[in-house]
Amino acid sequence: MENLATKLTVLGVGVLAWIVVTVLIVAVSDLGRGRGRERWQIFLFLSPAVLLLLMGLIIPAIRTTVLAFFGADSTEFVGLDNFAWMFTAPDALITLRNTAIWVIVTPIVSTAVGLLYAVLIDRTRGESIAKTFVFLPMAISFVGAGIIWRFVYAFRPEGAEQIGLANQVITVFGGSPLQLLNNDRLALNTFLLIAVMIWVQAGFAMVILSAAIKGVPDDIVEAAKIDGTGPSQRFFYITLPSIRPALVVVIATITITTLKVFDIVRTMTGGNFNTSVVANELYVQAFVQANVGQGAVLALFLFILVLPLVFYQVRLLRQQQEIR
Amino acid sequence: MTTTTPPIVVAPTVTEPPPRSRAARARRNLRSPWASIAALAIAVLWTIPTFGLFVSSFRPEDQIKTTGWWTFFRDPQFTLANYDEVLFSASSNSGQLAEYFVNSFVITIPAVIFPLLFATLAAYALAWMEFPGRDWMFVGIFALQIVPIQMALIPLLRFFNLGEIGGVEIIPGGFQLDDEWTAIRVWFAHTAFALPLAIFLLHNFMSELPRSLMEAARVDGASHARIFRSIVLPLVTPAIAAFAIFQFLWVWNDLLVGLIFASTDISPLTVRVAELQGSRGQEWQRLTAGAFVAIIVPLIVFLGLQRYFVRGLLAGGLKG
Repeated sequence: MENLATKLTVLGVGVLAWIVVTVLIVAVSDLGRGRGRERWQIFLFLSPAVLLLLMGLIIPAIRTTVLAFFGADSTEFVGLDNFAWMFTAPDALITLRNTAIWVIVTPIVSTAVGLLYAVLIDRTRGESIAKTFVFLPMAISFVGAGIIWRFVYAFRPEGAEQIGLANQVITVFGGSPLQLLNNDRLALNTFLLIAVMIWVQAGFAMVILSAAIKGVPDDIVEAAKIDGTGPSQRFFYITLPSIRPALVVVIATITITTLKVFDIVRTMTGGNFNTSVVANELYVQAFVQANVGQGAVLALFLFILVLPLVFYQVRLLRQQQEIR
Repeated sequence: MTTTTPPIVVAPTVTEPPPRSRAARARRNLRSPWASIAALAIAVLWTIPTFGLFVSSFRPEDQIKTTGWWTFFRDPQFTLANYDEVLFSASSNSGQLAEYFVNSFVITIPAVIFPLLFATLAAYALAWMEFPGRDWMFVGIFALQIVPIQMALIPLLRFFNLGEIGGVEIIPGGFQLDDEWTAIRVWFAHTAFALPLAIFLLHNFMSELPRSLMEAARVDGASHARIFRSIVLPLVTPAIAAFAIFQFLWVWNDLLVGLIFASTDISPLTVRVAELQGSRGQEWQRLTAGAFVAIIVPLIVFLGLQRYFVRGLLAGGLKG
């Protein structure tokens, strides 16, 4: 009970601080007159966000870049040693290989499943309920999803009754049960972890793509029907080209999310049995083993991987601003 | 990260479907049975893992550990003992999740309202205030959305512990935040990390407001602060709601930030449940119930407010 009081005090302090800041901003926002007041308000509106971004994101990111060239305790300059470690150490190489598998498989399969489902249920009765089923995993934390799926993959020795659905299916079809998450033959366990991510992300793809499909003008579809096209022709020649921009968005977003995936690996295998990925290895190096340099180099590597997307997005944004 | 991923990229224009005639709807409904079967198969595949866990969480321990959850339907045995154990048992091995439930709220509420406040202000400034370099600043903040938060973790922790900014000690000895007070570090990190997306989303909504409305108010002598309070805020409430839901789900479901910045006294549910999974990986009676305790709040929020959530997703960059 005593620590409950402390916790509520902490929460109270947080909420109170928020109220004070809000009241303060309102109170001082109309100070001054004319041009001076205008400048004061610009400063007042922008400075909290800019300050937080500088202190919480921009300066730390620059610092991480610098730390990538320093050793484990950040005192000794080691040049490119950390980069060499990342590209030569056997463990690090497996991490890179797994990340590559994740980033290639997850966006493609999630988007494909999401698109298929969106097309299948489009304008049917009960569409919104059907959507909820696939969308629901989006609300579940990766930690929760990890437990849900580790239970699906649960293993009982041959002869004993299986408690996991996957091994139950395997044994019903006459196979012998497998220790699925320990099995790294052909990276099986990595693919089983990826399945969890697909399970979560397909709903996201489905919602965005479903909205895009509904945006395809009806008269084009009707005209194509009159011309005697079949459903699959219409899909490939009308729907797919029309929703291309949405597809790009979905694939890009899932790719970025997948690159940073941490929780699934952390909770399901802890990165053991050759399942680690960059974001998990980063956590282990920087916060468990106190190898700050190696952690920083992995963070930097993640950033370099998403950098092309930044440029692409900024270009798109610029184009849109010009249209407006 | 967490499961909620707002489109952190420019989304294409998505329009509402035009109303259709009854004949057209009838025609649409005449579809191949194979399509329905395939849709059903996906829906079942997507639901059954969660369903299996849910059923298991109500089964007695010896049952969960020896038989599949599907036997429940042949031989239903129902108990709430698992929930009772993970929530309230005094033994630290069984979770004590009730305490962590409180922690998650202590962490989440401020971590939602702070970014909302700062992002709304900044979004307004970037959309309607005139100052040099405004467009570049907006593009810069937009680009920050894609910087992985992993880039910031190590230095940010040093900032709190050692008072370092950019490798220089600014505050000797750091902030001395201990025990429950480490929640402040978590709020700070979540607020900073949320701002780019929040500003971007809210900016998109605000810049859609009619220019004539703003100009009329300006002509009448209203200051920006006044326009913001009495015109803009009421109009962008749906956008604020959408972002609040995102941020709530994001923070509640987050593992990484909680793991690094919160001390064990104030660890969120996710951290605790992940820990149970690591140390008691075969105690399925605790894990199944624990998992549901951890996901029930986001599930309710999500199901109740799904409409706003979807609208927010689709607005990820609606019309730029």
